[in-house]
Amino acid sequence: MNAPAATRYAEAFGQLDTAAAPPWLAALRTAALAEFNALGFPTTRNEDWHFTSVTPIADRTFRNATSTGAPTAAEILALTVGDASWPRAVFVNGQCDPTLSTLGALTTAGVRVSTLTAAIKDTPEFVADHLGKLATFSAQAFTAFNTAFAQDGLVVHVPRSLVVDLPLHIIHVADAQAAGCMLHPRLLVVAEPLSQFNIVESFVSLNGTEYFTNAVAEISVGDGARLHHHKVQRESTEAFHVGTVQVSQGRNSLFHSFSYASGAALSRTNIYTRLLGEAAETRLNGLYLVDGTQHADHQTWVEHIAPSCASRELYKGILDGHAHGVFNGKVFVDPEAQKTDGKQSNHVLLLSPTARVDAKPQLEIFADDVKCTHGSTVGRLDELALFYMKSRGIGDENSRALLTYAFAADVLETVELDALRNGLERIAFERFTHSTQL
Amino acid sequence: MSSSIETLVNKEYQYGFVTDVDSDTLPPGLNEDVVRLISSKKNEPEWLLEWRLKAYKRWLTMTEPHWPNVKYAPINYQGARYYSAPKSVKPLQSLDEVDPELLSTYKKLGISLTEQKMLSGVAVDAIFDSVSVGTTMKEELSKHGVVFCSFSEAVHNHPELIQQYLGSVVPYSDNFFAALNSAVFSDGSFCYIPKGVRCPLELSTYFRINAAETGQFERTLIVADEGAHVSYLEGCTAPKRSTNQLHAAVVELVALDRSTIKYSTVQNWYAGDKEGVGGIYNFVTKRGKAHADAKISWTQVETGSAITWKYPSVILLGDNSVGEFYSVAVVNNKQQADTGTKMIHIGKNTKSTIISKGISAGEGQNSYRGRVQILPKAEGARNYTQCDSMLIGNTCGAHTFPYIEVANNSSTTEHEASTSKIGEDQIFYCKARGLSAEHAISLIVSGFCREVFKELPMEFALEAQQLLGITLEGSVG
Repeated sequence: MNAPAATRYAEAFGQLDTAAAPPWLAALRTAALAEFNALGFPTTRNEDWHFTSVTPIADRTFRNATSTGAPTAAEILALTVGDASWPRAVFVNGQCDPTLSTLGALTTAGVRVSTLTAAIKDTPEFVADHLGKLATFSAQAFTAFNTAFAQDGLVVHVPRSLVVDLPLHIIHVADAQAAGCMLHPRLLVVAEPLSQFNIVESFVSLNGTEYFTNAVAEISVGDGARLHHHKVQRESTEAFHVGTVQVSQGRNSLFHSFSYASGAALSRTNIYTRLLGEAAETRLNGLYLVDGTQHADHQTWVEHIAPSCASRELYKGILDGHAHGVFNGKVFVDPEAQKTDGKQSNHVLLLSPTARVDAKPQLEIFADDVKCTHGSTVGRLDELALFYMKSRGIGDENSRALLTYAFAADVLETVELDALRNGLERIAFERFTHSTQL
Repeated sequence: MSSSIETLVNKEYQYGFVTDVDSDTLPPGLNEDVVRLISSKKNEPEWLLEWRLKAYKRWLTMTEPHWPNVKYAPINYQGARYYSAPKSVKPLQSLDEVDPELLSTYKKLGISLTEQKMLSGVAVDAIFDSVSVGTTMKEELSKHGVVFCSFSEAVHNHPELIQQYLGSVVPYSDNFFAALNSAVFSDGSFCYIPKGVRCPLELSTYFRINAAETGQFERTLIVADEGAHVSYLEGCTAPKRSTNQLHAAVVELVALDRSTIKYSTVQNWYAGDKEGVGGIYNFVTKRGKAHADAKISWTQVETGSAITWKYPSVILLGDNSVGEFYSVAVVNNKQQADTGTKMIHIGKNTKSTIISKGISAGEGQNSYRGRVQILPKAEGARNYTQCDSMLIGNTCGAHTFPYIEVANNSSTTEHEASTSKIGEDQIFYCKARGLSAEHAISLIVSGFCREVFKELPMEFALEAQQLLGITLEGSVG
């Protein structure tokens, strides 16, 4: 039996460079650490973690990441999907590498992007007003862990009415130096009313090392703003990944989240949105492809607080080998949220007899004038469809690859950034067909 | 539109009356001596007492579950009485010997034994509080070798069957309430259908809780031997009470190879008044085990009880076995229901169907909680789940907690859920066609619940529709 998390991480907390932190930040970190110590890592007795055991994370004691390696831009871009010309912020082992980052075009366009460390120095009021306000850590052990230990991250402020087509690509790279380390990247996005912006967050690894990423993103979408957040999780298959995206939405706003997950030995992605303003819309889409003994867990919460909001959700999973997939989608409708229109679908394809999936689509509804549905299916490839393809002269292997790809394709189509969609389609296609073309 | 409806909303519980019968009642409290006393009062054999004591000891180590989505004041287990039998407890030969007051109680409930015997051909084993007082149509059943009697009778007459099957589906250690029931169960029904026999009658039992402050701990065991077929009906009404009564029943179904058991329930226990005072706590464990090619079908219409907490489940043990769950759960005023099912697919080509309809009105909270488990060996298993909720008013809630756990890729599971409402416009339309508001609601709700009602035996289907109408009348306005 390991010592409790509290004692194991006290030393690491002491090693953090907190001298520059203003008093409010120091207080926030101390409070978060206290909460993390009190909670410890969740167990499967915790309903939100019923199907995912974080024992592998809890059993290890990760170190603070200190050293950054020196990957080249070419090495990093080879690992990511999207357009190489997109402005990017590159974090190596949790720390921003300004030499690899190219943010000039965005700054010119009027988007204020800075690292968390810089923002704390330059715009302390702005950070104090927003950091930890959406992603509260009460009863959330991993968010508390991140809040206490987050050293660097990115602060993105999109001013009122600014419409920017150019997306921001945030690349988190772990290299060989990350072995045994924990990385707590933090992202804070404030999209002011009527602004429009795209963010792509990629998590990649240069080496197949074992490390722990515990990311937290807070995204505030103002009235009438439109924000697209894409998360591409392709961590090392030895790594552990827990990522939480906490969103609040104003009136008539649109938030679109796309989550792609194919990496990590154990991954958990939380996407939580709160619809606070009338007629706001949320679209949550996701695709996860796992194999071997990988474990991929997605949890989404959509809280309809204001009336007349719409939420659309489509998650698909493809599981091979001994992989284990988990999906928990919750839709809450408050008594005030009349005229809510909520739709959720979750479909899972099991490619191997040993893969397994646990799904828990959940509705909690307290208002009467609402339309809410959810659907969930689990199965394998349709024998009839396979037979049809064979009768047209397409071999068994190609038929399976095509049908599997087709299963994934409709959720990939929801990605509006062409370069990202094409890139993800290419990876998915190569994965199933083992070639770049049929 | 709501003035006429208001009178209906405020309608008192129609079946709230108390029959004044002298009861042989134990003082409140639970300890080992109470368990021994219950056992000795029923002249039980040593092995059954041992079993009760094992359950009691296990119960002491368990804690009350609080994961269901219901809220209630803590239950004082030492404040309840654990045994109550009508005084007139001597072996009865015919209905003539039954206390006339009991018979008139049944009349008030509209289940006159004699009438039912003649008109509907249903054999009724009526349970008044905890002791079975009248049994009909026994001859007809015994001709076919069907055993249908009270649990206590079965313990004496068919000890080998009871010993073999008691606790085989719901072990005494299963959960807190099942353990409590195993320790103190008073009586219940036992049914055995021999090999290849198709039970000629619909078997039915009416449960009633009468003496105040008496927890009712029924135990039902139904065994369908190979190739047998039985349809069992259970209906409940209970008189009005001001303090909550705990009902922790256990129902075990054993469907051996190629047999079929159909178990239908209409539950209309006292739900408490408008303020949520009183009402029954209905914490029930129901489970069936289906062997090869067997089929178990649960149908339930839940309109009563302050709190309902039950998950009729099927363990699909044998290859090609089938499990079904059809449910209508209605909550009004301050009622709370957390109900659903568990389908555990173990055998190959096992099939399960779940149709659940939840209706919430007033300040009622209705939760569907279901688990579909496909184990690795369950090749070709198939599940279809549909749970629909209807909300009436914005002070109620409808919740869905389905758990789908699949560990075999040759299986197929489908789950669908939806939420809708009865709108003013729908009612307006019906009224424009000359229907009254209450008829309109009744019509819309019947349509919503049709898939479940059609699974009920006919006389139950009629009763269920009426019950639904009564429960919901006045909730729109």
